[in-house]
Amino acid sequence: MIYELSFLILLLPLLSFIVLGLAGMKMQHKTAGLIGTCSLGLVTILSYWTAFVYFSADRVNDVYQTIVPYNFTWLPLGNLHFDMGVLLDPISVMMLIVISTVSLMVHIYSFGYMHGEKGFQRYYAFLSLFTMSMLGLVLATNIFQMYMFWELVGVSSYLLIGFYYPLKPAIAASKKAFIVTRFADMFFLVGILTFGYFTDSFNFSFIENIQYGAGVQEFIPGNMAKAVAAGGFILPTALVLMFIGGAGKSAMFPLHIWLPDAMEGPTPVSALIHAATMVVAGVFQIARMFPLWIQYAPEAMSIVVWVGVITAFYAAAVACAQSDIKRVLAFSTISQIAFMMVALGVSLPGHHGAILDNHAQLGYMAGMFHLFTHAMFKACLFLGAGCIIHAVHSNEMALMGGLRKYMPITHITFLISCLAIAGIPFFSGFSSKDEIITACMQYSPVVGWIMTGIAAMTAFYMFRLYYGIFWGTENKEAHAHHTPHEAPLTMTIPLIVLCVITVGVGVYSTIAGFAGWGGSFGSFVSAAGSDYTIHFNLQIAATSTVIAILSICLATYIYKGESQPIADRLYKTFPKLHRAAYKRFYQDEIWQYVTHRIIFRCISKPIAWFDRHVVDGTFNFMAWGANEAGESLRPWQSGDVRQYAVWFLTGSVALTLILLAL
Amino acid sequence: MIPVECYFALSALLFFIGVYGFVTRRNLIAMLISVELVLNAVDINFAAINRLLYPNGMEGMFMTLFVIGVAAAESAVAIAIIINVYRNFRSDSVDSITNMKG
Repeated sequence: MIYELSFLILLLPLLSFIVLGLAGMKMQHKTAGLIGTCSLGLVTILSYWTAFVYFSADRVNDVYQTIVPYNFTWLPLGNLHFDMGVLLDPISVMMLIVISTVSLMVHIYSFGYMHGEKGFQRYYAFLSLFTMSMLGLVLATNIFQMYMFWELVGVSSYLLIGFYYPLKPAIAASKKAFIVTRFADMFFLVGILTFGYFTDSFNFSFIENIQYGAGVQEFIPGNMAKAVAAGGFILPTALVLMFIGGAGKSAMFPLHIWLPDAMEGPTPVSALIHAATMVVAGVFQIARMFPLWIQYAPEAMSIVVWVGVITAFYAAAVACAQSDIKRVLAFSTISQIAFMMVALGVSLPGHHGAILDNHAQLGYMAGMFHLFTHAMFKACLFLGAGCIIHAVHSNEMALMGGLRKYMPITHITFLISCLAIAGIPFFSGFSSKDEIITACMQYSPVVGWIMTGIAAMTAFYMFRLYYGIFWGTENKEAHAHHTPHEAPLTMTIPLIVLCVITVGVGVYSTIAGFAGWGGSFGSFVSAAGSDYTIHFNLQIAATSTVIAILSICLATYIYKGESQPIADRLYKTFPKLHRAAYKRFYQDEIWQYVTHRIIFRCISKPIAWFDRHVVDGTFNFMAWGANEAGESLRPWQSGDVRQYAVWFLTGSVALTLILLAL
Repeated sequence: MIPVECYFALSALLFFIGVYGFVTRRNLIAMLISVELVLNAVDINFAAINRLLYPNGMEGMFMTLFVIGVAAAESAVAIAIIINVYRNFRSDSVDSITNMKG
């Protein structure tokens, strides 16, 4: 079989993790880095080769076949069984490309960025672990395998955020990320188990091995109508519970609080995990379950839409006021992931009896497309931010300004990525965002216009960031002892590669979208699986382009100059609003209040009291009773044999008398 | 012919002499002898009752022989223990080995 090498995609990073994890500390930095990068290079080649073979294979019934080269039962549990394997379908193959590309770029980039850091080998070991887990997540053949790798991804994220473990904020951030996502994953697990219990299957689509009716009937024997009702209610519930897990991982409001803090990790890690791959796991999960959502819970998808809309707006608003460049990018990531969520959510049930329909579910294609393009340009932005931090030794925008003279390559690549995220034609973000807004308009014009407005905010805050870093006043004091310099080649090459992808995809998809050519993203990934040719809706494309250009002009007008009188005036007019946005609308404080003041004080404390005093008290009382009984019986064992003999004799005589009396 | 009650009386007498000796004496050897008296009382009972109830059977006699054998083994073990006790405590009094009490 041609896909038999696909297991190497998982095995190679795992091997490199084991080798680096066990023997890394005995290696030179360079050797360790090369082992990690080479194994990832092989994985990238394999991924591209798999993608090439997969997408050049013939379609059957107009659809790319789902291929499962490996699958074995890992843990049988009666009817249910947990399988492990490799599943190839359009979205998992697309994710293979995204993950391996970004991961390889990050591996190369880290040579420069992490140069001379203590724990360099450990860093590469964790990167390998993360890559393995993320690849396993997208290649999972069933929900349970996905969940296992989902947790592994969480662990590697925790390890990498806390990479600088001597620093207190890094530890706090890694714990926060782990606990918040774990809290959400609890719902995911409950959803999975509910799903498995009622459908007798952990497969992504149980249409093939339908035991669904039987499972429900066993639960309520002899009452078919009730069984169907329970099934009708249970499936959406399970899917929404799984979505909560996805919302935690993808930093949806109000579970987003961990992502901005996760920026404490090394910047390449932020690029790989907290921008391009791990945080889109929630989006990927919904895409994976998409047939189930559309068939059994189309109404529940409005939850996804509105969570996405609120998150997108909230994150965009906060991003406008942040001063730490990585935080701006983090909120921008949250906002863009919310775009993908909205895109998936606005899918409508298909027409003409077909459940999956490319036109009604345009959002599926748009969301996946945005996932792809966003991964590339956001990774580029983060890596660019890494170069800047490398040069300036700070995250604060106030210490930057005027860097375009010193860092030409970073400047150009950052600008291109900003144009892409802002949605300017001929850059990749335009095509995907335009499809998202088209899908939203189909669903409801209200959502469509809100998303257009948020897209305008995106353009605004990205250019505020861009001008703040590369234009404006140079901070002479900060640069006095140390002139910023362009990053080394290992750091700029990944930037250029990601930019080339962004521009290449952008140019082709823009021209193809206007001219109606095939071969764009829709030909590979679409809701029904058949070839979908992207046609831009001219009205929407023109509107969003004009709005994006207007917001860029506004940002230019406000932030480009040497001094920023308008920004200062705005700040003085709305000090409270600015402060609230800067403080992220007090979300962390609200969580702090809810957890500490309400949950800990009103629920956890009484439970702890009950546990200490009632549960522990019962057992302590029993132990005390046994102890006391022993103490009082102790003198009976005097060690005096003759005394025992007297007792024995007395007893025997008494027994004899009793027996005689009877 | 001696009436069977005489055997029972002798047996009871021996038994209570043995019990009395076991309870009152402190010397380990004396206690061991007392135990032997108790066992002998039982032996007499076995033999007498066998003769009285089953004149053709020999089970009671066998049991008597068996008890004598067990008693011999028991006294061998007991004397070995007593010797060890004496070596350890320099005493043959039962009061000196009460340190295993609770």
